[in-house]
Amino acid sequence: MSDRILSCTAALAEALHEEMSRDETIFIIGEDLTAHAGVFGQFEGIFENFPDRIIDTPISETAIAGVGLGSALTGMRPFVDLHFSDFVTCCMDEITNQTAKIRYMFGGQVNVPMVIWCPDGAGLRAAAQHSQSLEAWFVHTPGLKVVVPSEPADVKGLIKSAIRDDDPVIFFQHKKLFAKQGPVPGGDITIPLGRAAVKRTGKDISLLSYGSGFYLCQEAVEELGKLNIDAEVVDLRTLNPLDMDTIARSIKKTHRVVIVHEACLTGGFGAELAARIQDELFDYLDAPIKRVAAKDVPIPFAPPLEDYVLPKISDVIEAARAVTYR
Amino acid sequence: MNENQENYISYYRTMVTIRQFETQAVELFAAGKIPGFIHVSIGQEASAVGVCSCLRMDDYVTTTHRGHGHMIAKGADLKKMMAELFAKKTGYCKGKGGSMHIADFSLGILGANGVVGGGLPIVTGAGFSIKMRKTDQVAVCFFGDGASNRGTVHEAMNMASIWKLPIIFVVENNKYASTTPQDYACSVSDICSRAAGYNMPGVGVDGNNLLEVRETASEAVQRARAGEGPSFIETKTYRLRGHYEGDPQKYRNAAEVEAWKTEKDPVKIFADFLTQKKILTNELNQQICSEVASELKEAITFADQSPSPEPEAALEDLFANYPG
Repeated sequence: MSDRILSCTAALAEALHEEMSRDETIFIIGEDLTAHAGVFGQFEGIFENFPDRIIDTPISETAIAGVGLGSALTGMRPFVDLHFSDFVTCCMDEITNQTAKIRYMFGGQVNVPMVIWCPDGAGLRAAAQHSQSLEAWFVHTPGLKVVVPSEPADVKGLIKSAIRDDDPVIFFQHKKLFAKQGPVPGGDITIPLGRAAVKRTGKDISLLSYGSGFYLCQEAVEELGKLNIDAEVVDLRTLNPLDMDTIARSIKKTHRVVIVHEACLTGGFGAELAARIQDELFDYLDAPIKRVAAKDVPIPFAPPLEDYVLPKISDVIEAARAVTYR
Repeated sequence: MNENQENYISYYRTMVTIRQFETQAVELFAAGKIPGFIHVSIGQEASAVGVCSCLRMDDYVTTTHRGHGHMIAKGADLKKMMAELFAKKTGYCKGKGGSMHIADFSLGILGANGVVGGGLPIVTGAGFSIKMRKTDQVAVCFFGDGASNRGTVHEAMNMASIWKLPIIFVVENNKYASTTPQDYACSVSDICSRAAGYNMPGVGVDGNNLLEVRETASEAVQRARAGEGPSFIETKTYRLRGHYEGDPQKYRNAAEVEAWKTEKDPVKIFADFLTQKKILTNELNQQICSEVASELKEAITFADQSPSPEPEAALEDLFANYPG
């Protein structure tokens, strides 16, 4: 089948339809799923086709995550919708103390095939408790796989792999990217977890990013070209497992790195990535690694405040100029 | 002996097994054979056996940090349990879990839990899964009076009720949450009265009377199997040892413990009942105790002689599959 142009939400819904048709142990559970096909319309058509397998819950994030875990332990493949990623704090114990640890703690007796789907990210004037990017918390929790797709084709291929994976996968999808359109392959196409994509090749600098950060990099490329900086854009796509091979290949070519993410700077995934790069690839670097990230404050409401806090294309350009000394 | 009497003897044997297992564990811990810390349920055996004796092998159980009794009552292997307490490679969890984290998924034991109240959301999932898969299994969640004050209880019981999940919530009220008395920490004296708020039956029983626990649990299990929804049972009991081995127990007085030990020991109560009914003779009792003792001796020898895990095994079992 040839590629169609789909939005990220349509790509997700298509993947879910295909997977739920294939495997009847898959079900979707969370708050407000059936009346409007999910808060963002992400489950379009699912209720019509699988009325018993998309389940509205009370507002009980702890129990929702627990239902995911308990059913994954007993033969099901739950897809847990957390409504907004910010609400993950209401089920942190279930995710980090239970779900992430249960396989290891019990000596590998059992698998936990579970997807925790978290709409995240800022830019919608939704303020401090509906706008966060919390992926670093879960990268810091051994036992979870962490996926942050950017383009519609990635959403489809990665969610299929996440659903089929026998381990718990926390899957962050940026709310502002739901409407983003892009070519999506038809049919049963999967993207393995742990494989980054070089989405633009370049020779002067590696822009490493994921999720909304990918678009900042992509949109900075043209301006950088005008400055005679030929940027390579690497979309990490999954943070755990992390594709260090693709990252290393890019850095061995460009020798310069800017890491871009929307999460706040301190303790963000960029810090971990920068540490690994200096540890494994120090001799290939011709400049210090720069990070572009949100400022270290909660996401504020007023548009001028929010815009000021979030990373911008101009920040990417400035960082790229700094590491290329131009 | 008729079938009923044989069953009684089997329940008694399980109670004795739990008592002996934990008595040995206490001694082995004191002797330095068991690292870390352990929480024993000595004095609470009737609750574990009373409930689990109503279950099938394919029914699910979640247990707690004080879970040895529930494990044994659900049929767990004593060797693998003891080896896990000894932190050995041959233990249930290859030495990665210890006393507080034992599970046997082949027996439907979905795990002990180091987080108080941690089993409730999980059992809700097990109950939900049963409903999705349309089987007649049931799921039991053991938790304590301390856990009863956690938010997990509210969310789990509400959800179980609205969906009529086949779950039996068993709160073992042993009077103390670590050092904190239940009558200080709970808004009600009968925790089972909270069931009314979730529109499910709530029954309090003498948790040290095996047959009383069994009767109530049996009704709850039947109700769950029949698709009539969850139930809540409060087994009123008492832990005769400290919260953990080595607990200075300044929160209660020795006379209180002694009174429970002499007047309300569940193993003795059931033995007396069986003796009175002429089901248990002195001779049979001695035989059971010595058979259990030799089974345990084997388990201890197995645990003691088993190898420790290789240090590098610490990096195994995190994921089912991982690239690289």
